[in-house]
Amino acid sequence: MFGKLTWAAIPFNEPIPLITVGVLIVGIVGMLTLITVKGWWPYLWREWITSTDHKRIGVMYVILALVMLLRGFADALMMRSQLALAAGHAAGYLPPDHYNQIFSAHGTIMIFFVGMAFVIGLMNFALPLQLGVRDVAFPVLNSVSFWLTAAGVLLVNVSLAVGEFSRTGWLAYPPLSELAYSPGVGVDYYLWSLQISGLGTLLSGINLTTTILKLRAPGMGYGRMPVFCWTALASNLLIVAAFPILTATFAMLLLDRYVGFHFFTNDGGGNPMMYINLIWGWGHPEVYILILPAFGVFSEVIATFSGKPLFGYRSMVMATMAICVLSFMVWLHHFFTMGAGANVNAFFGIATMIIAVPTGVKIFNWLFTMYGGSIRFTTPIYWAIGFMVTFVIGGMTGVLMAIPPADFVLHNSLFLIAHFHNVIIGGVLFGAMAGYTYWFPKAFGFKLHEGLGKAVFWCWFIGFYLAFMPLYGLGLMGATRRMQHYSDAGWQPLMIVALGGALVILLGIGLTALQLLVSIRSRQRRVDLTGDPWNGRTLEWSISSPPPVWNFGLLPQVAGPDAFWSRKREAASADSGAPLYEALEVPKGTPLGFVVAFFAVIFGFSMIWHIWWLALVGLIGGVIACIRHAWRTDLEEEVPVATIQAHEESQRMRAARL
Amino acid sequence: MSTTIDVTTAERHPPAVPLSEQGPAPKRIVATFGFWLFLLSDIIIFGALFAAYAVLGGATNGGPSGIDLFDRRHVLIETGCLLASSFTCGMMIIGTEARSVAATYFWALVTFVLGLSFLWLEGSEFADMVGKGFGPSRSAFLSSFFALVGTHGLHVSVGLGWLLLMLAQVGTLGFRPMVMRRMLCFSLFWHALDIVWIGVFTIVYLGASR
Repeated sequence: MFGKLTWAAIPFNEPIPLITVGVLIVGIVGMLTLITVKGWWPYLWREWITSTDHKRIGVMYVILALVMLLRGFADALMMRSQLALAAGHAAGYLPPDHYNQIFSAHGTIMIFFVGMAFVIGLMNFALPLQLGVRDVAFPVLNSVSFWLTAAGVLLVNVSLAVGEFSRTGWLAYPPLSELAYSPGVGVDYYLWSLQISGLGTLLSGINLTTTILKLRAPGMGYGRMPVFCWTALASNLLIVAAFPILTATFAMLLLDRYVGFHFFTNDGGGNPMMYINLIWGWGHPEVYILILPAFGVFSEVIATFSGKPLFGYRSMVMATMAICVLSFMVWLHHFFTMGAGANVNAFFGIATMIIAVPTGVKIFNWLFTMYGGSIRFTTPIYWAIGFMVTFVIGGMTGVLMAIPPADFVLHNSLFLIAHFHNVIIGGVLFGAMAGYTYWFPKAFGFKLHEGLGKAVFWCWFIGFYLAFMPLYGLGLMGATRRMQHYSDAGWQPLMIVALGGALVILLGIGLTALQLLVSIRSRQRRVDLTGDPWNGRTLEWSISSPPPVWNFGLLPQVAGPDAFWSRKREAASADSGAPLYEALEVPKGTPLGFVVAFFAVIFGFSMIWHIWWLALVGLIGGVIACIRHAWRTDLEEEVPVATIQAHEESQRMRAARL
Repeated sequence: MSTTIDVTTAERHPPAVPLSEQGPAPKRIVATFGFWLFLLSDIIIFGALFAAYAVLGGATNGGPSGIDLFDRRHVLIETGCLLASSFTCGMMIIGTEARSVAATYFWALVTFVLGLSFLWLEGSEFADMVGKGFGPSRSAFLSSFFALVGTHGLHVSVGLGWLLLMLAQVGTLGFRPMVMRRMLCFSLFWHALDIVWIGVFTIVYLGASR
């Protein structure tokens, strides 16, 4: 009846997960009670859960990312403190079995549910506004994508309380992840939650690519798109091209585990090395899916706060697209040690080094944008400058490891760990935080606290260097990754420094929460009435903060790059009288996304625990929900002219008064 | 010579706004474009399965290889069914464009029957192989064979279900733009499955060797 699921699945004898789960359950129940008592359910359901508004969905993605950052960072703290303790004869406090689950969960969560959710959230929020249009191409699909991602998040977190998580690292290499060596449900939790959220990511990639290529304001040719739109285009093209590989690869591993296929097994002619090739065929583009939108954020931030157009727009676009193409030609550098032969390794080593060229072009473009500009030192530009310093270091250690002989020494060492945290924290996370601070006033109508924002930056910046520079040294001294204990007590001092760095970052995360709280409480003082708090250059700043559901009362006419900036220059001369508004159709909310995700969770959970009848219920439920939706003909509702006119007039008055 | 022609055409038609600057595309274009992207991503899934087949095709683990198992005449009939169904699907779309319920239903029925025959032939081939003890667990070669061909078959099954739903949509909602867009997407899907099958037929069945 319940497959493999028994009471033994709940970890009553392991205090750490049990206490965590207890605290989580208390927290969730408390929050739900609060919402119920305050009577917020109808509002939440109508305005958020069933919303098809790209801005709301973008905000929900970012909230999801921030919450999962807490979870992923808790894992990081546990690893760092374990390694600060477990030297020589000391065993530390985490048994190997638990430690393996922690590093697997940390990587999985940080990449799929923090990094991806954050950049997709920012793209969702900003793209239609920058393109000067009213929504993404497929608003309902957008909601489905978000909720499928949330379903994946839920499944990963359920593994804390029911059963176990994967112990096989964030990419679940076979043959270790095969049934013969991982008979538990951990790998199944990993696979099903990523299959479900991966589907959401793929759909979101299709949606945003279509939006950029087919929905732009009149006059916005490709050469006039903001650079963030270009980097988002590159990133979403990569999602469309790379995520199917992930889906197919995981499907093969699932077939191995569930019905005895022999894709990657040791016996039957299977080939585990094929998995490693396939997974990195997705995995390398994936790092560019994460970093390219961050590059776009920095481009916007640096141009805005330097008060200059971006230096070398065309070279920036070409560099972005070059990275987009090259990212598919370097996957083998993740496993030079597999032994593909000297010529193959040499090819991929050189291809990897070539990627440094367009990236270098970008760095110089940003520097030249700042050169001669009148720079305003706001929080977003702090992140941007911190990024340039940090990312260049990370990039250079990357080029170092692109040399196959050097990689043979450094492979799977803490040097590698330091390298990719150097580019992911210094690039993706800094970019996400810059974008969060930059677009926050657009989303909510008030700015975040500047002083606390800068404090958050310094915590992350200093904390990062303290936590990861020691790891470069440790890697060169021979410390490997995924190591729960080491016998050489000489490594301990550097491990303790690294823990100190993690604690500084913890302070930064705490300050982020404090910044949000303080900013909300003092929002009256930070309110942005103009809609253009930063003296911005692109179209999202030309409308009110927060924007109305329909974004633009009249679609803007674009005549060149930096559309809003040039309009501000010419505003005084060209006043063409009262604009003529027309009634608009905006997409209605629909519970489809939530319902499909609900059934997806049921399906995923019962597949994990082999409860076949319930899996069938989940599958059929999801399909029926989609079919019912296909018969809905009232997907849009009309916004009357009067409403639009009233909003636009009041915004113009507010802006004029200032 | 060509320059003169260019000059005259330019005089007759003053320079229009480039396509990329004409503003948001109409819904029909947006929907089908998005669906093209989906099809491309779907073809990449098949690409990964083809790659796996290429790697594992020789890993027979002491079991039979393709040439021992495949009956090419059987597969040729299968292929004929699917290709013919692509043609009838095109006829169905012509009927839809003409807003003719009768033509749409007739050609849809033919398409459905051909698709079902394809699935039945494929199913009998699979059942035969499994019956002889050569199921997907026998060897890595057979694993990759069943995954690749089976995934295509799964797509065809989903397509048949979708076709039935579309007929119900035409019957209840009529030829409104929403339904027309979905019919167009269905036909794109069906033709894409044909293209994938050409790959399967060539690489798996014609390419079978010892």
